Amino acid sequence: MTHPKRSLRGRLQAATALSAVALLGLTACGGSGSEQAASEFTGEYDGPAVELSYWNGFTGGDGPFMEKMVEEFNAEHENIKVVSNTMQWADFYQRLPAAVTAGEGPDVGVMHLDQLSTMAARNVIVPVDDLADTLELTGDDFTQEVWDAGVYQDERFGIPLDVHSLAMYYNTEHFEKAGITEAPTDAASFEDALKKLQAAGYDTPFWMPALWPSHLMNLSLQWQNGNEPYDGEASQANFASSEGLEAIEWQRGIVDDGYSPSNVAIDSQYVAFKNGENSITWDGIWQFNDLEASGMSYAAAPIPTIFDEKAVWASSHNFFLPRQAQPDPDKADAAKVFIAWMSENSAEWAGSGMIPARESVRAEGALDGMPQEAIAEDVDSMRFLPAVPGIGQVQTETLEVGVNKAVLGEESPEDAMTEAADNASTLMEENKASFGE
Amino acid sequence: MTTLKQEGGAPSRKGAPRPSGTSSSREIRKQAAATPWLFLAPYLVLFIAFVLVPIIFGAWISLHTWDYTRPLKPFVGLGNYAELFRPGTGPFNNFWGAMQATGIFTLFSVPLLLVIPLAVAILMAKKFPGRNFFRAVYFAPYVLGVAVIGVMWRYLLDNNIGLVNYYMGLLGLPSDIAWTTSTPAAWVALVGVTVWWTLGFNAVIYLAGLQDIPAELYEAARMDGATPWQQFINVTLPGLRPVLSFVTLVTLIASVNMFGQSYLMTQGGPGRETRTAIYQIADTGLRNFQMGSAAAMSYVLTLFLMALSLVVFWLFRERKDVR
Repeated sequence: MTHPKRSLRGRLQAATALSAVALLGLTACGGSGSEQAASEFTGEYDGPAVELSYWNGFTGGDGPFMEKMVEEFNAEHENIKVVSNTMQWADFYQRLPAAVTAGEGPDVGVMHLDQLSTMAARNVIVPVDDLADTLELTGDDFTQEVWDAGVYQDERFGIPLDVHSLAMYYNTEHFEKAGITEAPTDAASFEDALKKLQAAGYDTPFWMPALWPSHLMNLSLQWQNGNEPYDGEASQANFASSEGLEAIEWQRGIVDDGYSPSNVAIDSQYVAFKNGENSITWDGIWQFNDLEASGMSYAAAPIPTIFDEKAVWASSHNFFLPRQAQPDPDKADAAKVFIAWMSENSAEWAGSGMIPARESVRAEGALDGMPQEAIAEDVDSMRFLPAVPGIGQVQTETLEVGVNKAVLGEESPEDAMTEAADNASTLMEENKASFGE
Repeated sequence: MTTLKQEGGAPSRKGAPRPSGTSSSREIRKQAAATPWLFLAPYLVLFIAFVLVPIIFGAWISLHTWDYTRPLKPFVGLGNYAELFRPGTGPFNNFWGAMQATGIFTLFSVPLLLVIPLAVAILMAKKFPGRNFFRAVYFAPYVLGVAVIGVMWRYLLDNNIGLVNYYMGLLGLPSDIAWTTSTPAAWVALVGVTVWWTLGFNAVIYLAGLQDIPAELYEAARMDGATPWQQFINVTLPGLRPVLSFVTLVTLIASVNMFGQSYLMTQGGPGRETRTAIYQIADTGLRNFQMGSAAAMSYVLTLFLMALSLVVFWLFRERKDVR
């Protein structure tokens, strides 16, 4: 094809370039090789100065607080510099496995409780049993469900930082005008409040979202009605049981009864709440700072018990250590110091609107006078998704779609949820086969 | 691609050996053996690394149950494809639902994106004060990213708190249309926003094509007594044919690959109705880690796109004049 001499020279040049790259790569890799991170963790770090990359998804009202805590940590630790990288949670769960598989993962991070088992099964994160031992953390200091959900196949993968649930926010001015003196606590008082609000001129006091967080409301209601949405053991979803259907029917009923406009698109119920266009909204407790900043007069209470049992959807942020392609014992130790510090100082994290996961921290008065104090009292009624690998995907692909169709009135609640439950069961079955439990 | 080939073909024919200076031309030809490859090399490397290798690797992935985070990636042959063609399964419903959504979007957006920009271009080709300003105005939305226009229109079109419904109400029009949460309104919104967003690009290409049509042809047509409409049919359209085929193809591909608008404005809703094929592929492969199934979907989509492209080529083929 080409002149022989030229091509030979070309090949030589290419070979030189290649070997230069290879050499660079080799030197970069030099010294590593062991699979296991770090030796015994002693709780302190006095090695050379390291920089830790720290991934999280605190993009809401909680973000500035996390940033402040990271700065404090950096100020207290001369030889550790934590650099945080904050992204949307949805992107986070997509990027983390990709980055870790490519050997470009962070040194430490935070993820939700219900993702731990999935990420552990995918070999994205490594066990942190030794860290829990060193910190002398035991189940006694946590809500049992939170503590247990961090375990996958007998190993611990997460150190809980907080718990956070849905709450009911209401506009205190509207309540005053409608003559409601106390936050509703059950189906009857809730409906009574909605009627009074309508009588006071607030035509649509409680907007029923078609998307997020509608499925979290649905889960809460299912639990309240004594239904277990997911049966991990049997790989079965129970949204379409008669108790499950009552939950979605109540949600759709809010629209049918005229308490909510139809077709509430994503986020608009929350924006409308801040603008005083509706009076009540259910949302996560991490919104406190955002509502505080908006300057509106609001109050928060636990979501009312519409059915028989007190229950509310909740999750928990957990620290984790990603798997490293080239484990660096110094970095691993430094990361553990960071997690330990965060766990010990989690009282401060209460300022983000979250509830510290450790009972000991709560007992020391971390929540005194905080807006989430009233919600934290119900910490025992908080319910968490089961630690089933792949549950996050099941949620987005089935429950969210089903709730969406039913709330929009595209399909009857029964049809929408039956289809969703069937799809969910199929997916759970597939996940079980693929993760090989 | 076609225009490139055509343009690339012409100069080489011009540069064919000339009768004089045989020795120097032989010298050039001797060099020429490696020279084209060297000139091609920068692009060729990128093409191989980012197009050719992924195409082949993608085909390989589509034959496996491929989750890149898991050590085992069992070979399943054509299983992923078979699943897409087996009615009643989850992947079948999701994929063909998404293909249908893609079809609806393409059907309505392509004709609009061919006709409206042409009208705009003809208008902008005329001489009038402030012409450059208007050209910039029509092109402006195109410089915005899909994230910007998606989020912006999501709030503008919100049926409960959006400005669009508010102003429609002021004008006495229906003010309760659920632009982002019900069909067919969601399709009107998605197509409308896409047309608003990308018409500037097509208009600019049309404009360049219009300026390439010799003024003498119009002059001659006028001499023959052609009306403006006849001029448009007999001079403008034939003169624009190469540009038209390019614009059609590019618009078609862009429409079939629509993702960001529905991802941001409707979240694929209501239910899954506005999930396009790319949306479904991204969700399957990147969020649910079923790369094998997602790769198979990509190949089926590619086949559809290739068939459509062939139709476009056939429509715009060089016709021998029968008259």
